[in-house]
Amino acid sequence: MYTFSSKLKTFSFVLMAVGLLGIGYGFLTAPKDLQEVEKIIASETHGGHGEAKHEVSVPAGEVHAEIGKTNEVKEAAEHKEHTEHVLHQLQNKPWASLYVACIFFMLLSMGVLAFYAIQQVAQAGWSPVLFRVMQGITAYLPVGSVIFFIILVVCGLNIFHSNSLFIWLDPEVVAHDKIIANKSGYLNFPFWIIRAAIFLIGWNLYRYFSRKNCLAQDQASDDLNYKKNFKMSAAFLVFFIVTESIMSWDWIMSIDPHWSSTLFGWYVFASFFVSGITTIALISLYLKSKGYLENVNTSHIHDLAKFMFGFSVFWTYLWFSQFMLIWYANIPEEITYFVTRIQLYNLPFFGAVVMNFLFPILILINTDFKRITWILVMAGTVILLGHYIDFFNMIMPGTVGDRWFIGISEIASVLFFLGLFIYVVFTALTKAPLLPKRNPFIEESKHFHY
Amino acid sequence: MSNKVIYAIYNDDDILMDAVKKTKAAHHHIEEVFTPFPVHGLDKAMGLAPTRLAICAFIYGLLGLAFGTWMMDYIMIQDWPQDIGGKPSFSYIDNMPAFVPIMFEETVFFAAHLMVITFYMRSKLWPFKVAENPDVRTTDDHFLMEVAVNDNEDELISFFQNTGAVEVKVIVKN
Repeated sequence: MYTFSSKLKTFSFVLMAVGLLGIGYGFLTAPKDLQEVEKIIASETHGGHGEAKHEVSVPAGEVHAEIGKTNEVKEAAEHKEHTEHVLHQLQNKPWASLYVACIFFMLLSMGVLAFYAIQQVAQAGWSPVLFRVMQGITAYLPVGSVIFFIILVVCGLNIFHSNSLFIWLDPEVVAHDKIIANKSGYLNFPFWIIRAAIFLIGWNLYRYFSRKNCLAQDQASDDLNYKKNFKMSAAFLVFFIVTESIMSWDWIMSIDPHWSSTLFGWYVFASFFVSGITTIALISLYLKSKGYLENVNTSHIHDLAKFMFGFSVFWTYLWFSQFMLIWYANIPEEITYFVTRIQLYNLPFFGAVVMNFLFPILILINTDFKRITWILVMAGTVILLGHYIDFFNMIMPGTVGDRWFIGISEIASVLFFLGLFIYVVFTALTKAPLLPKRNPFIEESKHFHY
Repeated sequence: MSNKVIYAIYNDDDILMDAVKKTKAAHHHIEEVFTPFPVHGLDKAMGLAPTRLAICAFIYGLLGLAFGTWMMDYIMIQDWPQDIGGKPSFSYIDNMPAFVPIMFEETVFFAAHLMVITFYMRSKLWPFKVAENPDVRTTDDHFLMEVAVNDNEDELISFFQNTGAVEVKVIVKN
């Protein structure tokens, strides 16, 4: 049995406390009205923005006086519109950073659950010694789903009148936007929130019963529970692939409701799936270094590292396929998605490719490296950070635009959810023995070597 | 010095593995082992050095990537930077996404083919090569270990008969 070290527990509490403080700071310092935004804009541009425009409207002579006046009126209206736009973006910032961190950690544990289900259905002979680690990580799913669902409800009902992460939730916007109005049969609050509830409940039910059966299998005298898990996992994978796709439209793609992409669901899947596998590897390495996983040898770690490598490449394949198809055809309504990202998010956009592709492919291609702990920890950290940036790139441009920054609210949100994740996962790991007893493949798994 | 060798023939891969380990322990020099199929762990038991074919393949892949990049840059950007459907041919990076499929395929092509050719050259395989088969049964269901004899013929024969060999032959090679 694993015992949660008090140091790690304290560490997770510190992370949560620091995170909460930072999140609170982010919300408190977000501007509340137009006056505050005026000040921010003025201090940023030193009036440069207004001056530059004014020069154009300076009347050259009496003839131009009239034009000058109308220009000034127009400019004032434009200025007000611009200020309102910036206000929305700045008010969105703490919400968006909370949302990115929340969905990242929830989907990460979802990636682990999908991997776990695949291992069950594939009757993998190497992985049963890691099942309890995977179940420990997926213990975050119920907690993460509840927080995530609350955030969705807060956004949807516009409680606190605080944010516009999903602009199609604003009836004002829908009334003046024909494209969004045409999508309102799908993108409307009740349908959206019911879908979210069904997906989250479905995933959590599988997690709950799969773990329950796995524990029951330890005490059983036959393989009935194992067979139940096999069938349930197969059914879950069908449910998962459908809901995963819809989930990615609902929770990520609908942030840019004027844009759509057909392989988006797969792309999101690849991102959180590789993060999940990386997390399994990192937590297994941690537990092994503490002496809790005696049956896990370097061959198991090597296999996980191969999955990290392979799915990093798979993610890149989908990233590039989505990017290149849109870049090549250059259709205005699609290309704006990437124009925004390349112009305003240049470093995170291409930096994510470096972190999620170039770095892992060069490090993890070597067989010997895939067995060395510190190399895997380094590669895993870069992959996880890279996929956080990936989610950042998907969500931020549509919510805060050019007002992005990885500052206190972003880092604090990550720290809070990281602390919560560590606390929940390692608490769950103490609840059951780390080695399943009567799994039909457990002996093979113990002696697995590659 | 005579150039005699011993052919110890086995009909089971487990017995062969044990025999190889015993032979290594007795410090007899194994010239070669012939098997009808890959025996897992045989190279380790014989103490063979690991292959460097993968390293070659990686280098060939880089070569292919460089070739693909150079080719597309020369043709599409340097030699005749034509406007084809509005694609930006001003610099390589401007039009890079369009070249990635070619760069990828060149990488795989070079890595795969040059590695295979390296394998053929290193293992001396070519179409009209004369087969170096010491006993036809080794391609079907028998395993053969070839050990050099250094004035210890009788000792070696009894040694291999004790390792479970179904047949021990002394052959004079020329």
